[in-house]
Amino acid sequence: MKMTYTKLAISAAVGVGVAMAAFSPAQAIKKGGILNFVVGSKIPSYDAHIETTFGMIHPIKPFYSTLIRVNPENPSSPTDFVCDVCEGDVPKGEEGGTLFKFKIRKGIKFHDGTPMTARDVKASFDKVVFPPKGIPSARKAYFKAVSSITAPDDTTLIFKLSFPTGTFIPAVAMPFNFIYAKKDLDKHGYTWHKKNVNGTGPFKFVEHQPGSFVSGKKFAGYHHKGQPYLDGFKAIAAPKMSLRMQAIRGNRAAIEFRGFPPKARDDLVKALGDKITVQESDWNCFLMVTPNHKVKPFDDPRVRKALTLAVDRWGGSKYLSRIAIVKTVGGIAFPSHPLAATKDELTKIHGYGTDIKASRALAKKLLADAGHSNLSFVLHNRGVDQPYKIVGTWLIDQWKKVGLKVKQRVQPSPAFYATLRKKKDFEVSIDFNCQSIVNPLADVSKWLGSAGNNYAGFEDPVLEKMFLKMTKSADPKEQRKIMRKYETRALHETASSAVTLWWYKINPHRSYVKGWKIAPSHYLNQTLDNIWLDK
Amino acid sequence: MYKYMAKRLLLMIPTLFGAAVLIFLLLRLIPGDVCELRLAGTGNYVDQEAIDICRENLGMNDAKIVQFIDFIVGFVTFDFGESMWTGKAITYEIGLRFQLSLQVAIMATVVAVIIAIPLGAISALKQNTWVDYVVRTFSIAGIAMPSFWLGILIILGLLIYSQAWFGEAWMPPIEYVSPFEDLGQNLLQLIWPAVATGYRYSAVATRMTRSALLEVLREDYIRTARAKGLMEKLVINRHALKNAMLPVVTIIGIEFAFLMGGLVVTEQVFNLNGLGKLFVESVLNADYTMTQALVMLVVAIFVLTNFVIDLFYAWLDPRIRYS
Repeated sequence: MKMTYTKLAISAAVGVGVAMAAFSPAQAIKKGGILNFVVGSKIPSYDAHIETTFGMIHPIKPFYSTLIRVNPENPSSPTDFVCDVCEGDVPKGEEGGTLFKFKIRKGIKFHDGTPMTARDVKASFDKVVFPPKGIPSARKAYFKAVSSITAPDDTTLIFKLSFPTGTFIPAVAMPFNFIYAKKDLDKHGYTWHKKNVNGTGPFKFVEHQPGSFVSGKKFAGYHHKGQPYLDGFKAIAAPKMSLRMQAIRGNRAAIEFRGFPPKARDDLVKALGDKITVQESDWNCFLMVTPNHKVKPFDDPRVRKALTLAVDRWGGSKYLSRIAIVKTVGGIAFPSHPLAATKDELTKIHGYGTDIKASRALAKKLLADAGHSNLSFVLHNRGVDQPYKIVGTWLIDQWKKVGLKVKQRVQPSPAFYATLRKKKDFEVSIDFNCQSIVNPLADVSKWLGSAGNNYAGFEDPVLEKMFLKMTKSADPKEQRKIMRKYETRALHETASSAVTLWWYKINPHRSYVKGWKIAPSHYLNQTLDNIWLDK
Repeated sequence: MYKYMAKRLLLMIPTLFGAAVLIFLLLRLIPGDVCELRLAGTGNYVDQEAIDICRENLGMNDAKIVQFIDFIVGFVTFDFGESMWTGKAITYEIGLRFQLSLQVAIMATVVAVIIAIPLGAISALKQNTWVDYVVRTFSIAGIAMPSFWLGILIILGLLIYSQAWFGEAWMPPIEYVSPFEDLGQNLLQLIWPAVATGYRYSAVATRMTRSALLEVLREDYIRTARAKGLMEKLVINRHALKNAMLPVVTIIGIEFAFLMGGLVVTEQVFNLNGLGKLFVESVLNADYTMTQALVMLVVAIFVLTNFVIDLFYAWLDPRIRYS
């Protein structure tokens, strides 16, 4: 009888446990622990206002906040922005989209104990938008529309724009817009943040051993209540991709936030099974084919059109995505953004047709019409495997199918950029566009002949006019309409440069890393405040 | 002896100056600049103004002769300025890595000497026997196998076998801990690269020891020593081995100097934050100031090592001392 009661008690306990488990959230957040992650690039300085590399963002962003950011719970959306040091919803814009008023949270403190107010946010954006003479600002150009920034009181920040533009809110959400303390800028000057850290982010700076690691510890006064969940983090520098992969396999690191090639993902999954979780996403980067319009015969649009028509993007997507970090077929705007072309719209553009035989026949005809059926040239490329050399080799094969004879000239990064930007002594080059926040209205400026990062060497007043009209429009429908015309002009009518395939981000990580969600860029969602370790 | 030392010391000056001129000119012949790479190399859109300010702030617009004088003055006063990439003091950046590189070089040298001298001597003494063949195969394999490849095999082996035996894959630590902080952790990281590089290093030294000893063993004075009825052990240790060490010491010295800055790939394989890795990063980043300082450091190490080797020669061989 006693045994029966014991069995009943155990059954009841198990039953209650199961019932409780069923009603509790799938996984309760566990607090504590140190997140070790690997970073494949080096920190130039700690000042995000002047830097452009993820090598700085990954280890340093957790020390800082921004005014607004991509929603950390929905980072895959290219249009979902939420407040960070502001409160409420992200403002929609008043006075016809020329005034943005942000309400700044009260009670936020810098790591040194100084209270943060709207005046600190203003001082930080002043440094980005209106830097004093001799102080560089890498993203000044994104804020051309801003005419003034004011902070009438401690909790109000106002941006006045000289014209309405859809580029403004995404530009504000860029992860590089760190909030600095006004007193640090006033007291120590505008270069102090290159070597010093004082932010309002979830982690406090502990140590940086150059070339080795950066460590941070939990900031108890962080303004998002209950966060961060981790006690700290360590960002370990590891330039070799194979070593970063092995570090995850050997559990020296739990995650790498930039992205691995498909083979590395497959190897990790094969070796570790369910101890590895894989997150994948379209990536806001792509390689382009840039013909030099100043070199014959690439001044002839028929030749340029033939170059893009010969490339089977749909087939390439299927096969290249097995070996390289590229996958999605897209036009000039990030594929899942509302401003991007649909498949129907895309297939009307040269090089995007689904009938590759017809495309290549047209390419051959155009080459024959231009008198260059047996054209041979050199493709200039960057000495980086993923995905440059792979895509370059693939392109040569594609062009061979229309009779083009192409050799590849690979150069290390410094020489590659010297050729593109200074010497300009190339025929056709691989070029690269990679942005942090998805901001197509600003990002497509790459196709403008006047843009500093367009290396094709042409002038197209029609395109310039379209761009100006598009960026000054506050109406998304109108923006989309102009974007289609702009895209058709750039890729189809003039074929000034061509998009190959959009990158594909693959993040395999230890399954005990929870809370982190993949974003369409390796620069985004790197504050680490919502990450926890299920250990 | 003092005159000999003074002469060798004075010869270092033109060598160092020549190297300084060469590296300064060569770096400026290589296309590319740090500002474009740092700001435009990430594929982001960057204002040209930011790149221009960066160049101005780094002194890249100064006349080449001004840049060269700055570099030479810095070298003479041991103040190399700041890294163009990180903005941190170059002496601080190099100092951080020097400790690790020196420790790996010493550990690899110890591994190499422990393996090379006994094996080389045995191989020579047992010439054309199975022992000699085994040693020669072992040393030829060491020469044929790049140390970075052996390093990759070591890491993969550790990962695969630890997972098979203990259920969880294990690999050596990937961040440096000073031996004064935690000796165990430090050795756990550095023993593997020391073995990987020490093996290749030992292979060269083993072959050199063998051939040098074989040559010495055929000398008249060895025959005389034996004819006098000296014990074989004394003949080998006192007369043969000591004289055979001259070329071996040269090899060990040159390899040691090479290890201080030349472990470029091996450091990447084991993620060692050493001088070799810094060297590669500086070149890839077009960081002139850092690359110049590193080249001068490596040149200085080679020059000093050669000086020490010369002193060793004089100690080992009285003919050099007295001439």
